Amino acid sequence: MRLVSAYEIRDKYLRKDMLPTIFCPGCGIGSVLQFTLRAIDELGLDPDKIVWVSGIGCSSRVPGFVNFDGLHTTHGRALAFATGIKLANPELKIIAFMGDGDAAAIGGNHFIHAIRRNLDVTVILINNFTYGMTGGQVAPTTPKGLRGTTAPYGQFENPFDIAQLAVAAGANYVARWTVFNYIQGINSIKKALSKEGFTLVEFLSPCPISFGRRNRMKTAPELIRWYQQITVPLAKAKKMPPEELEGKIVIGEFVDRDRPGLVREYMEYIKRAKKIMGWEE
Amino acid sequence: MKYPFPVGRADFIQGDEAIARAAILAGCRFYAGYPITPASEIFEAMALYMPLIDGVVIQMEDEIASIAAVIGASWAGAKAMTATSGPGFSLMQENIGYAVMTETPIVVVDVQRGGPSTGQPTLPAQGDIMQSIWGTHGDHSLIVLSPSTVQEAFDFTIRAFNLAEKYRTPVILLTDAEVGHMRERVYIPNPEEIEIVNRKLPQNEEEAKLPFGDPHGDLVPPMPIFGKGFKTYVTGLTHDERGRPRTVEREVHERLIKRIVEKIERNKKDIFDYQAYELEDAEIAIVSTGIVARSALRAVRMLRENGIKAGLLKINTIWPFDFELIESVAEKVNAIYVPEMNLGQLYHLVKEGANGKAPVKLISKIGGEVHTPMEIIEFIRRDLK
Repeated sequence: MRLVSAYEIRDKYLRKDMLPTIFCPGCGIGSVLQFTLRAIDELGLDPDKIVWVSGIGCSSRVPGFVNFDGLHTTHGRALAFATGIKLANPELKIIAFMGDGDAAAIGGNHFIHAIRRNLDVTVILINNFTYGMTGGQVAPTTPKGLRGTTAPYGQFENPFDIAQLAVAAGANYVARWTVFNYIQGINSIKKALSKEGFTLVEFLSPCPISFGRRNRMKTAPELIRWYQQITVPLAKAKKMPPEELEGKIVIGEFVDRDRPGLVREYMEYIKRAKKIMGWEE
Repeated sequence: MKYPFPVGRADFIQGDEAIARAAILAGCRFYAGYPITPASEIFEAMALYMPLIDGVVIQMEDEIASIAAVIGASWAGAKAMTATSGPGFSLMQENIGYAVMTETPIVVVDVQRGGPSTGQPTLPAQGDIMQSIWGTHGDHSLIVLSPSTVQEAFDFTIRAFNLAEKYRTPVILLTDAEVGHMRERVYIPNPEEIEIVNRKLPQNEEEAKLPFGDPHGDLVPPMPIFGKGFKTYVTGLTHDERGRPRTVEREVHERLIKRIVEKIERNKKDIFDYQAYELEDAEIAIVSTGIVARSALRAVRMLRENGIKAGLLKINTIWPFDFELIESVAEKVNAIYVPEMNLGQLYHLVKEGANGKAPVKLISKIGGEVHTPMEIIEFIRRDLK
């Protein structure tokens, strides 16, 4: 990995007239954005052929800050819009920048169906365990017992494990890191962007203002220390008994496979249709 | 190009099938949908045809996803359509608003059925007139077309695509189970016989930088589609001419929304379409749309045979609505009758248009049956007494 200065990445890919960003002090979205841009840069991808898609929320404002084609859509629907873009012009590479509420709550159905179809898209998922922009309500990822404005006495529901959900639904590549796993994060995004089909890189990302503040972690360093406590690398987790894994979040690369993507499947379908109808041999 | 159905001759087909064939001839190459009676046959026809002409057809997980995919496809450069019925149409409403706000050309077909909720899935109604105009959120305008025959279902579908492209706006084709499921003779033209309108694309970098501006003074900005290197940012947030979010400035919001509404309103004469039958010397007028207008036309002829000078104004464009035209009719007649298959929706538009110049009376019928001409005549006769 070549170490390009962050300023160089900024000047090359961000819309300067849109800066500063709307993100709060201590937010992790900027870091993940940097990882993504570095991955694009290192892979030498053509920016004219990349479209950023997003739904609603903090992370979904990212396509506005980057100098690419971008579609900032309705809440939770990013992957449904992406399906249209990709199938209408398969030349385009799609990056969906999503939040945990966006992907797993209001967009949950689109999420699992996009994965089932193996839609050719790279999802960069910011999981901060909360609805940040909306003001700190609980999300489908909020760990049990932690607080949000809509569960002031502590969340009583079970959280989703988004990465495992994606593995089960059939994604080609799934990895999860915290925003502090810099090298692994960039490498995973590079891998995800290079693959066909549905790829997901989930990042546990600090939200001190909306989430941490209500859960005795007011600053990003406090959230870092918490991530260190609750995350377990995959290799280590495999050797741990289930009771010890209770309440922990496993990080690492969960799946890496090469099932045909939706575009390839549809191209084959066109061929089959023409053959059946006698239009082509 | 080879078509998967005969062109340049008449065929005996369903309204839904006619809509699918017309869409393909209009240049539609992307269809995303979710099955719902009585619109499913549009999807099924598209499923047969699209792969043969290298178009895309995909069954999404729901109606919200369907219209979302259609909007995405439009930004990727495709002419795109979805079709549904009332309950699915309701689910699409947020994204219809998004398409209005982002000025995305798309076509949405609503094959109306009876009742709220799932109601009468196989029976016709005209209950979504207000929903088609005002169903989405906020201040907005869009275009709604309403066919009465299978031939019109075909012709208006082509017009729907042309208007969507011309004005960069969602166009609703509002039909019903009767037109959708009925079989009639339809002339399917050769592609050369059809006038096709394509969206304006930016001619240079300067224009591409203003995807929501008005560089040509016609209120319709050129549309920089994705993948051409224009680096366009499209957002449902209030945005300026360059597409940058400017959510708290009153002037920016007003400028944007007024232009979006104005581009439809200013072109009302081009968009609004109607047919007048025997209106010149009419003493009473019937104003009607969709399937009911056919019964109304028969009623007018029968009334004339019986010495009552009746005329018909058949509304083909439900929105933008030509209120002035209604007023000019109201000035000449003693009464206006509005037969429709609901408890009064077109009625409100006509009443507003009549502006008190003539009494406006609703001839309502619900439950899944089209008015017979006799029902319309009897209502008018009773009223004239």
